[in-house]
Amino acid sequence: MQEKNSTIKKNKYDLKSIKDAIGFSSFTSALMAIFLGLIVGFIVMLAAKPSSALAGFQNVVFGGFGRIGDVFYYATPILMTGLAVGFAFKMGLFNIGASGQYTMGMFFALYVGFMWDLPSSIHWIVAVLAGMIGGMLWGFVPGFFKAVLNVNEVITSIMFNYIGMYLVDMWIQASPVMYVSNKTRTKYLPADVQIPSLGIPGSNVNLGIILAILIAIVLYIVLQKTTFGYELKATGLNKHASEYAGMKGKRNIILTMVIAGGLSGLGGAFAILAPSGIAGSSMTYEPINIIAANGFNGMAVALLGNSHPIGIIFSAIFISHIQRGGTLASLVGYKPEIIDVVIAVIIYFSAFAMIMNTAVANFFKKRFGKNHDDNTALEVQSTESNIKQASDNNIREAE
Amino acid sequence: MEKYIIEMINITKKFPGIIANDNITLRLKKGEIHALLGENGAGKSTLMSVLFGLYQPDGGEIRKNGKVVKINNPNDANDLGIGMVHQHFKLVEIFTVLENIILGVEPNKMGFLQRKVAREKVIELSEKYGLRVDPDALIEDISVGMQQRVEILKMLYRDNEILIFDEPTAVLTPQEIKELLQIMKGFAKEGKSILFITHKLNEIMEVADRCTVLRKGKCIGTVDVKDTTKEELSRMMVGRDISFSVDKKEPKVGDVVLSVRNLSVASKLHKNKDAVKNVSFDVRAGEIVCLAGIEGNGQTEFVYALTGLDKPKSGSITLCGKDITKASIRDRSIAGMSHIPEDRHKHGLVLDYKLEENLVLQRYWQPEFQKAGFIKFDAVREYAEKLIDKFDIRSSQGPVTMTRSMSGGNQQKAIIARETDKEHKLLVAVQPTRGLDVGAIEYVHKQLVAIRDSGKAVLLVSLELDEVMDVSDRILVMYEGEIVGELDPKTTTVEELGLYMSGAKRDTVKEINDAGKK
Repeated sequence: MQEKNSTIKKNKYDLKSIKDAIGFSSFTSALMAIFLGLIVGFIVMLAAKPSSALAGFQNVVFGGFGRIGDVFYYATPILMTGLAVGFAFKMGLFNIGASGQYTMGMFFALYVGFMWDLPSSIHWIVAVLAGMIGGMLWGFVPGFFKAVLNVNEVITSIMFNYIGMYLVDMWIQASPVMYVSNKTRTKYLPADVQIPSLGIPGSNVNLGIILAILIAIVLYIVLQKTTFGYELKATGLNKHASEYAGMKGKRNIILTMVIAGGLSGLGGAFAILAPSGIAGSSMTYEPINIIAANGFNGMAVALLGNSHPIGIIFSAIFISHIQRGGTLASLVGYKPEIIDVVIAVIIYFSAFAMIMNTAVANFFKKRFGKNHDDNTALEVQSTESNIKQASDNNIREAE
Repeated sequence: MEKYIIEMINITKKFPGIIANDNITLRLKKGEIHALLGENGAGKSTLMSVLFGLYQPDGGEIRKNGKVVKINNPNDANDLGIGMVHQHFKLVEIFTVLENIILGVEPNKMGFLQRKVAREKVIELSEKYGLRVDPDALIEDISVGMQQRVEILKMLYRDNEILIFDEPTAVLTPQEIKELLQIMKGFAKEGKSILFITHKLNEIMEVADRCTVLRKGKCIGTVDVKDTTKEELSRMMVGRDISFSVDKKEPKVGDVVLSVRNLSVASKLHKNKDAVKNVSFDVRAGEIVCLAGIEGNGQTEFVYALTGLDKPKSGSITLCGKDITKASIRDRSIAGMSHIPEDRHKHGLVLDYKLEENLVLQRYWQPEFQKAGFIKFDAVREYAEKLIDKFDIRSSQGPVTMTRSMSGGNQQKAIIARETDKEHKLLVAVQPTRGLDVGAIEYVHKQLVAIRDSGKAVLLVSLELDEVMDVSDRILVMYEGEIVGELDPKTTTVEELGLYMSGAKRDTVKEINDAGKK
């Protein structure tokens, strides 16, 4: 059958290879989701306050461009937590514990910052590494339980969000060196623990974003080029086949969760060790029993970036961008929460963007004849099978 | 003009790169058994899915009693009286037989289930057609044959008059097959019309009135079965002559490669019960030993324990003199075990990996394919191309084809290529021809014999009687987790094998051990 059609196939081959090469379909579906999310966001804004909807919407979409430094600064922690969620997801693990790992990373970084007396040239580096180790510890536990006792990582990691957060709050409040009780926050960190700034005026953007992007690229290489990445993806795509092929599933589960935890922990360290624009001050942590939102934003980032490290770089920057724009929308009388609505809608659409993609493709197919017939049909099929596979997995999980 | 109950006229259905059904016309007469014959990927399932409302055709029309109908989903099909027994049964395991039969059409009064009404109707139907079932048994407890009867009763309960059977005999014993064919004849006599999808020519010759043959999505023709022969049908199906028997030389049996002693495996379904009970046997180099039996008699559990996917409860496994009872899967593989798994989608392949990535699934960690943890993609590509060439694995884009998009036969070829090209002394092949067409089956059998002739040991686990009889050098029959007989395919008959498989006949363990020593 295939040989017969090879002549017809030839010209499609090129198009197909482009699509494969850059994850074209997930890219277009992300764009689609963003587009639809913005439209719905605009409608929401229109409903809330019609008179300034246009101005507010302009702020949301373009406002970030005026504050590029801040966009990158706020993108740093969610890029890291996004990588933490996406990386684990490649193995089929749903790491909901990014918040706890992030908070732990923050605490470890703070601890080194306040308690250890180190040469100022390496102090911040050690603090960042300590943050990574803190996150790793918090990733290790759910991974260990999953691998050895087959406890669902979703449950463990949710609980570890709370355990981590309360522990950190408790430790910080108990430490007079770190805590200023009448201000319910940590003291200002010494300047030598703060990550070097990139020197963009009016912004706290620092070396963290560059490190984060480098880490994403390293993860990409690990996933694509190494035997570990090969095993990890195989396990995520088909657990049974990876077992059949003799891969060490348990070891890989633990390793993946430790790496994911480390990534979140780095995110926490990057956030708390960021330099402050005002001399003599620093970022602070407030032990007020709230789970770090950046962990959950990481899930949104990972979803929008299709769990692909490079995709996550862009989705983190994008989400940070409209968040910045959202705060600007308050200038024309909107609550900044409006932007959370828009982000939520975008994530919502990205969850079934693949289907939307197909629907649009079918629309074009009908209008412009049979040109793209085969490709769209292929997508329909693969989407269907993806959905089917996903639901199968769910059923199996449920069992 | 003859009266047709269902007509599918000029049906065309396209998929990416493939026209699954190309202008196919199928006419079903009232009260006939109409066989639909074709290789895998010939378009039989697609055509039936169109009739059952699972796919919409790109062209053509369906008529019932001469009137054009549109079937948008299985409910429409059901309303038109079309019922289907799927190859993989669609039953709720933890429901009773009765509950499964009435599922979706429960008789009720103001929302309250009228179990009694349902039960009476089911019992009446089951007596009328000789479909013995226990209405209160749970599906998970009953045999595959009885599950199939439940599926048939489901169709009858819905008063379907057009019955589609999708490869119904694949899971049955010879005796059960005979029974089923009788039941089908009974239906036809009643005036019900039957579409019978199968690869098995013998069954077509036995029951079918007419036969439509598909090849590569095209309709080759419809013939009256009484005017044709098996050879002609197979030529129509494959497009060339096929040898039905496997050519093989006398085995040159060498040393013991695999030795299993007193192996027991706990059952997953039933607590306190063993799925495999005290199994002992040897497989020597240069012979094909076949583990025969009806599905669900402990073969799967045995293979899991043998290959390391599951732990045995007791007993020992020795491969080439090395105890591997507790070895990891990777260590077994290194020790020389290759495994063609029963379920190629679950275990055998990562479907969303490229073909080349699947071809190195057992070897990616070897120095040939990796250096310091980095995969040598050039070496992988080169190796994949070599295997694709050597084993004639066909796909649309060669090494970079997504495995999911390949046909079942070529997926199986990929697994066989991977498992047999790797260093091995023992090949465990579990239902290697499941779901494959005649041409591919011939290929797989040739490969198995070639592996045997190269001095390796082969343990074949099979449900197909023809395969058991043709390919193997020695047959071990497994029934309810025990080995109940050792047979020589040259001296035994299919009927005798069937008696062992259904548990009607068995030798004592002592006799078997004596036979093994000879």
